[in-house]
Amino acid sequence: MEPLTNSPKSKVEEANVMNPEIGPARSDFGPWTLDFGLRSACGSLSHVNRRTLLKAAGLSGLCWLTPLAERLARAADKEPSGKPAKSVIVLWMQGGPSQFETFDPHPDPVSKYAGGTKWIETAVKGTRIAAGLPLVAEQMVSISLVRSVVSKEGDHERATYNAKTGFRPDPTLIHPSLGAIICHQTSDNVEIPRHVSILPGPWPARGGFLGDQFDAFQTYDPSSPVPDVNGRVPAPRMAKRLADLEVVEGQFARGRLKRLDVDKTLHRTSIQAARKMMESDQLKAFDVSKASVNLKSEFGDTPFGRGCLAAVQLIEVGVRCVEVTLDGWDTHANNHALVAERNKVLDPAFAALIKELKNRKLLDSTIVLWGGEFGRTPVIRGLDGGGRDHWPHGFTVALAGGGIRGGLVIGENSPNPKMDVKNLVEANVRDPRNIEDIHATVLSALDIDFAQEMETPIGRPMALSKGKVIEQLLA
Amino acid sequence: MWMRNILFLALCVTGLALVGRNLLDRDRVDTPRDFRSGRLNVTPASAAPDGAEKGQTTATDLAVVVAKINQEFRDHWREKGLSPAARADDLAIARRLSLALTGTIPSLEEIRELEKVRPADRVNWWLAHLLEDRRYADYVAERLARAYVGTENGPFIVYRRRRFVTWLADQLEKKTPYDAIVRELIADTGLWNAEPAVNFLTVTARQQEGNRPDEVRLAARTTRAFLGMRIDCLQCHDDRLGNVTLGAADEPRGGKQADFHKLAAFFGQARTGLTGIQDDPKRSYQTKYLEADKEEVVAPQVPYGEEIFDGRGTRRQQLARWVTNPNNKPFARATANRLWAILFGRALLEPVDSIPLFGKYPPGLETLAEDFISHGYDVKRLIAIIAATDVYQLDSKADFEVTPAHEQEWAVFPVTRMRPEQVAGAVIQASSLTTINADAHIFSQLGKFIQTNQFVERYGDLGEDEFIDRGGTIPQRLLMMNGELVKERTDQNPVQNAATRIAMVTPKNHQAVETAYLVTLTRRPTPAELAHFTKRLADREERNRAGAMEDLYWVLLNSTEFSWNH
Repeated sequence: MEPLTNSPKSKVEEANVMNPEIGPARSDFGPWTLDFGLRSACGSLSHVNRRTLLKAAGLSGLCWLTPLAERLARAADKEPSGKPAKSVIVLWMQGGPSQFETFDPHPDPVSKYAGGTKWIETAVKGTRIAAGLPLVAEQMVSISLVRSVVSKEGDHERATYNAKTGFRPDPTLIHPSLGAIICHQTSDNVEIPRHVSILPGPWPARGGFLGDQFDAFQTYDPSSPVPDVNGRVPAPRMAKRLADLEVVEGQFARGRLKRLDVDKTLHRTSIQAARKMMESDQLKAFDVSKASVNLKSEFGDTPFGRGCLAAVQLIEVGVRCVEVTLDGWDTHANNHALVAERNKVLDPAFAALIKELKNRKLLDSTIVLWGGEFGRTPVIRGLDGGGRDHWPHGFTVALAGGGIRGGLVIGENSPNPKMDVKNLVEANVRDPRNIEDIHATVLSALDIDFAQEMETPIGRPMALSKGKVIEQLLA
Repeated sequence: MWMRNILFLALCVTGLALVGRNLLDRDRVDTPRDFRSGRLNVTPASAAPDGAEKGQTTATDLAVVVAKINQEFRDHWREKGLSPAARADDLAIARRLSLALTGTIPSLEEIRELEKVRPADRVNWWLAHLLEDRRYADYVAERLARAYVGTENGPFIVYRRRRFVTWLADQLEKKTPYDAIVRELIADTGLWNAEPAVNFLTVTARQQEGNRPDEVRLAARTTRAFLGMRIDCLQCHDDRLGNVTLGAADEPRGGKQADFHKLAAFFGQARTGLTGIQDDPKRSYQTKYLEADKEEVVAPQVPYGEEIFDGRGTRRQQLARWVTNPNNKPFARATANRLWAILFGRALLEPVDSIPLFGKYPPGLETLAEDFISHGYDVKRLIAIIAATDVYQLDSKADFEVTPAHEQEWAVFPVTRMRPEQVAGAVIQASSLTTINADAHIFSQLGKFIQTNQFVERYGDLGEDEFIDRGGTIPQRLLMMNGELVKERTDQNPVQNAATRIAMVTPKNHQAVETAYLVTLTRRPTPAELAHFTKRLADREERNRAGAMEDLYWVLLNSTEFSWNH
């Protein structure tokens, strides 16, 4: 076994790190995988989680301690109850979906707060959701709702950052998104990116201070080909080009820093990994055209529906986090009509997602997270065709699968909200939960120690999440 | 009737010829004004502060400073037992300067002009040529703006980033002294579109509080961008890790929460109203300290250098005067460090915005800072000095073994990852034989703008995390290998793409290879490369020379050398 490198600047392409539990990479991955499959999993930023250890022992020698040893250490002091979840599907509702017209309908449809939105019963006795989501209502046994999520951000960009990372925007560093954390804390033998964003919005999930190799891989409607993975020329010509490239690379490497590629640029390493991805069978997971006609129509003939089906396929081949975005929820005007239209897209896709995950026996190991950056105001502005504005003081996040208990409802919003008080949350929300609590819960279900502090480029230790686990969901 | 037809045809032909001439042809590159006058003329536009010399900078004056810095580095290398690499090729230096100052690479016609200049004058000529190009102002303004206002879109109601960057670019072009620019940023009043400097404040506007600027964010920004100090942790608690040292060299002290909030208090009177940002002397800044029970009013006070604080004007004006005081060395050091980082791809003292108040500084930093102060905070002069130093002109390769220590101590030029817009700019420029600048055809400029934005989105914008050492990622390689931009720019297209044009007009294979190398990598091929690729072209000559050139271009654009600054 090759000795673990001591170089403080040694970097490794994360997508192909050997999984310590299953041993060296299979030989058909090619010799180069074996080479850095045996190295440590740390990036250039030393992700040491104990500052004292860091100061005592110095950065370089101990960067191999995380996250493998951390997991071993944790395994030693507590027993996991049941198998932890493996992956996450985030259904990201860009714009801030109205909780009144989705998962938290007002009890009185004719009140000024409901504005005519009716509720329906669901498969869970006593839980009601808005009338626009009948198919999801049938799946409610698997889905839990946290209706009392609050945040302090009312601006789209800042609130999106807040919801995707669990932290408020900070000028000193960029926090990693949920998917980036998961990929950083785990290792797999997957040839395609492990963090994917389908139909990304303007603020896609990022790797932040964990490194930009954990940024989500962006791809669009699954009916179009995955961007940038298909060679533009036939294979023999490509092979010639790559052989020519070696000539140029060889000349550049001469006289420069030794191990320029491995220690610094990762350029050639990344090209090899990119080629591997281009030739991989796992790429087929992005393509939904081969699925049965019935299945495709169940998800709905929309980009979002296809994205959800692709998400299931991707999870099946081992991708850790897939984010599928549905835009258009920012209903400052014409709220009811626009949300009804969005619900027509969301309903079949969300329901089919749960059903298909169950069919493929993936629901227990996959957490499904549904939500947006905030909710919408109880008060509807304007007459017919009126709209709702941003409302971070009590909105809904839905969770399902991955060992999270289904069928629960946590928190409640007052049916007669007081609008002119200083503290809207205190007055109107029972059992408020912060956005970061959702993150803590999800990370806990994945058996990731979210309280561990990472060393960041600015020298400031930062926990992966500062939230508190919502215990009822994990019992 | 015939006459009419002939006239019509003549009109069409003339029209096409004009369009064709514009697209395919161009005037030669003009000699830069500053160079034509015979010396590198970087006159400061305002009077220099007390006691220092005013007026024109002569070549000898610059040479003195440069020589001093060179000596400091020589001493430093001797102390570390390292020998520096040899001087780099002129073309390599030109490429570095282009990337740093304009975000793109030299065009073929610029290279041809550069090679006509006497070798001893080449770097001066090139620098003068870049510094008078509007692209320099636009690009460096954007790089600096990231430190001032970040990259977020901000609240559109009160914030106009584009307007702000354009204003900043205008100041750089007009050679406004840097201290004047910073004073405007901190203390200006007015509407965000009429007085673009106030966008420094309005980017932090809190929409839920009447768009009042956020004093905490401004305090953090001011210290990091202008003073090269990171006191962000002091927002919430006293310094616990020994990261922030204030006071003086003979009496150092740790940072306290009070230091942060007293600085924030300088922004406590700024308000947003109908006339934009104004200062309201009746307002005060309040905060609740960590162990306290309730909020208290905080009076403004500077965290160090109280003796140079004169307290004249509004709170923000007081702060502005203190920050830009000629005795406030950290201000000059921070700027010198940042411009060094832009030129080299790596800060002289890392991280770029965290420079100790006192202690031992790396070679060159103090000299640059002192020169910057004594010559009226002239940004172009600072750039010219750095570009003229031996250490800037070192090669990134050497004929001895290059170790990480060599890179760390500047004994070789550091290899750093190019920013996404630099990669995009380089790909686009490499596909054109003429320079894509303000004089280029409007289609070229538009195309560049649109394609750069699309590329940067997928390549991954580093945002504010500049100058941090990172490796390449798989999506970036995929984008370069298979992406839209490279395909469009190497495809067979005689109007737009250099690869095709080179294949069409160069008679000899080895000339075609040499031209391709010059245009993409700003160098000539080594004998091994020349032999290899000439043979490649010869093998395909009969059938498809343009295709072979397309392949060669693809190879060069996908090399490490193309995407990394060296």
